Amino acid sequence: MTSRPLIAVAGNPNAGKSALFNALTGARQKVGNYPGVTVERHVGKLGLPGAGEADIVDLPGAYALEAHSPDEEVTRSVLLGEGEYERLPDAIVIVLDASNLDNHLRFALQLIGLGLPTVVALNMMDLAKRDGLELDSARLSEELGVPVVETVAVRRRGLDDLKARLDEALASPREIRAGEGPEEDPLALQRHARRIALAAIVSETPVRRWTHRLDSIFLHPVWGLAILAVVLFTIFQAVFAWAAPPADWLEGLVIAMGDWVARTLPDGLFKSMIVDGLFAGVGAVVVFLPQILILFLFILVLESTGYMVRAAFLMDRIMSHAGLNGRAFIPLLSSFACAVPGIMATRTIDDPKDRLTTILIAPLMTCSARLPVYTLIIAAFIPDRPVGPGIGLQGLVLFGLYLAGIVGALVVATVLRRTVVKGGGSGFMMELPKYQMPQLADVLIGLWQRARIFLRRAGTIILATTVILWALASFPKAGPGESQVEASIAGKIAGGIEVVVAPIGFNRDISLALLPAMAAREVAVAAIGTVYALDAEEEEGLQTLEERLAGRWSLATALAFLAWFVFAPQCISTIAVTRRETNGWKWPLFMTGYLFAIAYAAAGITYWTAVAFGLG
Amino acid sequence: MTKAHPSDSLALDQLAIGTSAEISSIDWSLLAEGDANRLKHFGFDEGVAVTALHSGPFGRDPLAVRVGRMTVAIRRAHAAAVRVIPRAA
Repeated sequence: MTSRPLIAVAGNPNAGKSALFNALTGARQKVGNYPGVTVERHVGKLGLPGAGEADIVDLPGAYALEAHSPDEEVTRSVLLGEGEYERLPDAIVIVLDASNLDNHLRFALQLIGLGLPTVVALNMMDLAKRDGLELDSARLSEELGVPVVETVAVRRRGLDDLKARLDEALASPREIRAGEGPEEDPLALQRHARRIALAAIVSETPVRRWTHRLDSIFLHPVWGLAILAVVLFTIFQAVFAWAAPPADWLEGLVIAMGDWVARTLPDGLFKSMIVDGLFAGVGAVVVFLPQILILFLFILVLESTGYMVRAAFLMDRIMSHAGLNGRAFIPLLSSFACAVPGIMATRTIDDPKDRLTTILIAPLMTCSARLPVYTLIIAAFIPDRPVGPGIGLQGLVLFGLYLAGIVGALVVATVLRRTVVKGGGSGFMMELPKYQMPQLADVLIGLWQRARIFLRRAGTIILATTVILWALASFPKAGPGESQVEASIAGKIAGGIEVVVAPIGFNRDISLALLPAMAAREVAVAAIGTVYALDAEEEEGLQTLEERLAGRWSLATALAFLAWFVFAPQCISTIAVTRRETNGWKWPLFMTGYLFAIAYAAAGITYWTAVAFGLG
Repeated sequence: MTKAHPSDSLALDQLAIGTSAEISSIDWSLLAEGDANRLKHFGFDEGVAVTALHSGPFGRDPLAVRVGRMTVAIRRAHAAAVRVIPRAA
């Protein structure tokens, strides 16, 4: 326990809460989970002029204290001091969108009713002015009975004032009136909020709102869809093209370091483990950091501008045919980065059956962990030639793989909704927030957090599995004329797997890579890297992994391998998060089973079709 | 202002895109409890101004509606529970 005061930041979704939190804490924050639930917990440190250092926590956005989702449940229980997730805060900062007072004041009234020391941050004052609104914050403070500070979080305006007010609030005695606010009828509360908003608004000049003009384009039945298609295609091209120079540079660095270590260390087991295990394995994965960051860059920017919700709006009707709703679009799009946050993001879907269906198909979205596998195979087997202006064949194949996952997901969702997850299905209700310029600092903080998570995975799971695989593939030692991999323990295990996967065109190398790749897909690349490093014949010496693959696999096998990875549930984290989100083993086991079945069928069909066309 | 007759009112999903209206009544019984609560939290209430802004590209569903100062997306099926009286242009 700590004696530092705890400050909670609360407010409606889209009030600029996270921007204010980022502006207050900068990089001094940590992302974790609340125990027992998969709600992200953002906590940071804040230096106050009077009270000194304080802990500050960014609570999930909520419309009211009555909880309808796990997110809102966390917010409620923290603020009511139910103590399961967090100690009772010493003060609350309520963040209000200045241009949406009527709505945001309702939740604010509930929060003020709790009796905790409170400061209101009247945020996004600049946008309110742009909308032609003039507000009287002193009058608002009078009506609410708590201090009100005007802020523009993204321009760091009003922060010092806010901190000074927090100091005063922390010094004031508390008078907790627990249970008073939440009991009120929402409509009565709403009317009370509207009266206060009316009093605080000095004048309102009608203006053509930017957001409305942009929506006329982005939500246009024709242009809106065309723009969405261009946006998605641009992401996939960028992931391939922009990432190449930094990835090449990283690869060069890893090779140079590996060479240096190889020359420096004495020959022996230890050197083999470092060079063939560590550098060949972990190095092969770290190279993909640029691609993953570029993908997250797009997702973070699209989210912070408000465009992501528009995409959900455009896709809702199509998704409803598959028994899903537009809200599922955001979790599914996030799943292109990683299914784990994607599955966690399904918490915003109120209907339990819509939510379960979305969870079950999330792993079909091509996550960034598949990119290393796809990239390696495509680079080795698909010629790099243009098929149109600005469109390369390699990018097109990658796009096709993404598309296969999406089509698969829609088919699976349709089938699930008519069989195992029947009934239910409510609606699509979502706030369309104002468009905003993405903030560099917020995007950078998001990217930094993703990069850390990825590198931590490379440093732990991937490192451990590569070293174990190196050991399994290194012992017992091969006799003269024998292949090291064939003779090893790993080779024997792979022999067993090979019996099962041989009919779908998989060779010994793939069988060997499948087992460790259960931990995480990108380990498949690391595993193949390690195996070939150990097994390298003299003349192969300094070949890249792509060159080695191209010489050893047939095109049919390579295509079957790609088809397998579109569907295969090879990710322990995804299975674990599904278990946590569905409260049991039933659904994660079901998910794993059906995905393996589809993967096996898809790889088999691909292989035999390719063989029939003479590509075997 | 005279009190509105029910015959002046129409369902929100019938309101032409680009026109404004005032909510005259909401039949909460047509909505599931969760959906009804969400609409209340968006600020749907008698006497509140609404404007139909945009409709989705397929089957003109969902609808983007301005309610008070907020823009929200709802499906036509839910909008049908909301009766509105169009404002004279």
